[in-house]
Amino acid sequence: MTVVPTTGTATPVAAPVKRRRLRFVANPKATTGLVILGFFALIAVVGPWIAPYDPSGRSSDLLQGPSAAHWFGTTHLGQDIFSQVVVGTRSVIVVGFVAGIVATILSILVGVTSGYLAGAGSEVLSALSNVFLVLPALPLMIIITSTLPETGTLTIALVIGLTSWAWGARVLRAQTLSLRGRDYVEAARATGEKTWRIILFEILPNLTAVIASGFVGTVIFAVTLEITLAFIGIGAGSDWNWGTVLYWAQSQQALAQGAWWWFVPAGLAIALLGTALSLVNFGIDEFVSPRLRGGGKSNVKTADGHTVRMRVGFTPVLATKTRSEGRETP
Amino acid sequence: MSYLLKRIAFYLFTAWAAITINFFIPRVIPGDPVQALITRSRGQMTSEAVQSLYVLFGLDKDASLVEQYVDYLGQLLRGDLGLSFAHFPSPVTQVLGDGLPWTLGLVGITTVLGFLIGTALGTGIGWRRGSWADALIPVTTFVSSIPYFWLGLIAIALLTGPDSFFPASGAYDNGLVPNPDLEFIGSVVRHGILPAFTILISSMAGWILSMRNMMVTVASEDYVTVAHAKGLSDRRVMVSYAARNALLPNVSGFALSLGFIVGGTLLVEIVFSYPGLGLQLYQAVGAKDYPLMQGIFLIITLSVLLANFLADVAYLALDPRTRREG
Repeated sequence: MTVVPTTGTATPVAAPVKRRRLRFVANPKATTGLVILGFFALIAVVGPWIAPYDPSGRSSDLLQGPSAAHWFGTTHLGQDIFSQVVVGTRSVIVVGFVAGIVATILSILVGVTSGYLAGAGSEVLSALSNVFLVLPALPLMIIITSTLPETGTLTIALVIGLTSWAWGARVLRAQTLSLRGRDYVEAARATGEKTWRIILFEILPNLTAVIASGFVGTVIFAVTLEITLAFIGIGAGSDWNWGTVLYWAQSQQALAQGAWWWFVPAGLAIALLGTALSLVNFGIDEFVSPRLRGGGKSNVKTADGHTVRMRVGFTPVLATKTRSEGRETP
Repeated sequence: MSYLLKRIAFYLFTAWAAITINFFIPRVIPGDPVQALITRSRGQMTSEAVQSLYVLFGLDKDASLVEQYVDYLGQLLRGDLGLSFAHFPSPVTQVLGDGLPWTLGLVGITTVLGFLIGTALGTGIGWRRGSWADALIPVTTFVSSIPYFWLGLIAIALLTGPDSFFPASGAYDNGLVPNPDLEFIGSVVRHGILPAFTILISSMAGWILSMRNMMVTVASEDYVTVAHAKGLSDRRVMVSYAARNALLPNVSGFALSLGFIVGGTLLVEIVFSYPGLGLQLYQAVGAKDYPLMQGIFLIITLSVLLANFLADVAYLALDPRTRREG
């Protein structure tokens, strides 16, 4: 939920900060994403209190479809699936954000350092992040977590955070490389500012949008990975999360028994959370690069009744004297 | 050429890193996995078999770490990945040999197809920004947020059944013997369609979005305006001028996200009980079959590295600048 303030301060200019922050929130994509995200965060906090049943508690309603008593139906043991999804939200959100924060801090350390400092150390750090980038994450996570003695929510979050910083580091390095040659950084160096001061006060503020978008991307990645791991039976433990629900649905042959309610709610929750995070990321992208914004209404009627579509990179012809065939004649 | 040499050096380094991770991880496993296996086999293992397992698994306390490492590398070079616990006494390499062709066929084909189709669609959508095509963006965002395996579950629930054309599991009909005859190939194709479409749909969405964004960025470049000014056809400008340049970041993105996509597709195999590496990995996790898990990790990593290298070669062909910087 730290997304708004971070992106809001993305602008190095001091005066219009307030107006720009409003502009980010005014972006319909970002707003939609933040609202959905807020909803899930709320559920994550109050979930265990508002869940109508104990998620692990058995009852005599075995494998029943959605009803007034059990909104999402029940499992083969009579557990309430709605309660499982609601209670499981906390684990998902915690893993997403803890892993996101750990990975973001690591990626800033590695990316900005290797981008700003030239020489062998920089090359080594860059090679390190490339190695982590290329190693397939899921099998790596599986062999790491299968050797850990205890895999609770927090352990999974830390392992994901420690292995998924490479993408952010790579993007930050590229951005820092381009920033360090800019005039204002050269000027700061010429006036004798210390390196840490240049990095903290000249470079980092201009990386805020990249960092924020990297953070959101890592949260998406971590959530998917946690659910995937839980789905194949790793890190399930005693904590409920959406992947655990799907794991039980799969291992109890919910499909073969036609129990669609067992896996549809958890899957839709994953997709909804993922969409919300992607929307926030699009908001950040469009905030930084206005070209990406949707075109809005782009068709214009000309005097002689033809429709011309306005596009970037084209010079539309609105009135043609001889022939009106040229739709987008330059 | 120096570009390619640099990449090869990098891949060799990464392969070495993966092998080293593989070497150290069994050494931090708490407890004694071999002892667990002996207990499970109820005294049916000879003492020689036990000893060889201890050596293979790095639990031979007499050797120093360096000696163990050298032994381990030597074993790898000989293609010896140890014995699988779950499929005891088959060696891991044999188990991998059964699964690899299925995974290569399914994942290899669908990943490349997904990239090609997604990029083509993204080109069109990005070029027609502000038209109806923009409506596809929210849809693709939603689809790309769905985990691969869940889409597979839905596909099974909706499209398979006792009298459906699509089988819900396996790679070919149980009664058939793998032969290169028409009946067997037909059966393989029929079993492959649903998993393939699941992977295609989920992997395409990401390529559509990134290609669309690159096309939008490229469309306002000067050379695109010049191409229009020359009077070239809209299609020609789109394909040979805008798309050609927008493609470059997508190709390097393809190489980088391969590891992630392969992870997702392994899950599809699990859902469809497709007898590839993904299903084997799933079974290995359930059976705590560490040698098999590590063998799968190693073979997947090496395949991803090889695919990355091929993507680099493609990049080299697409971008003349990498060739000039000799």
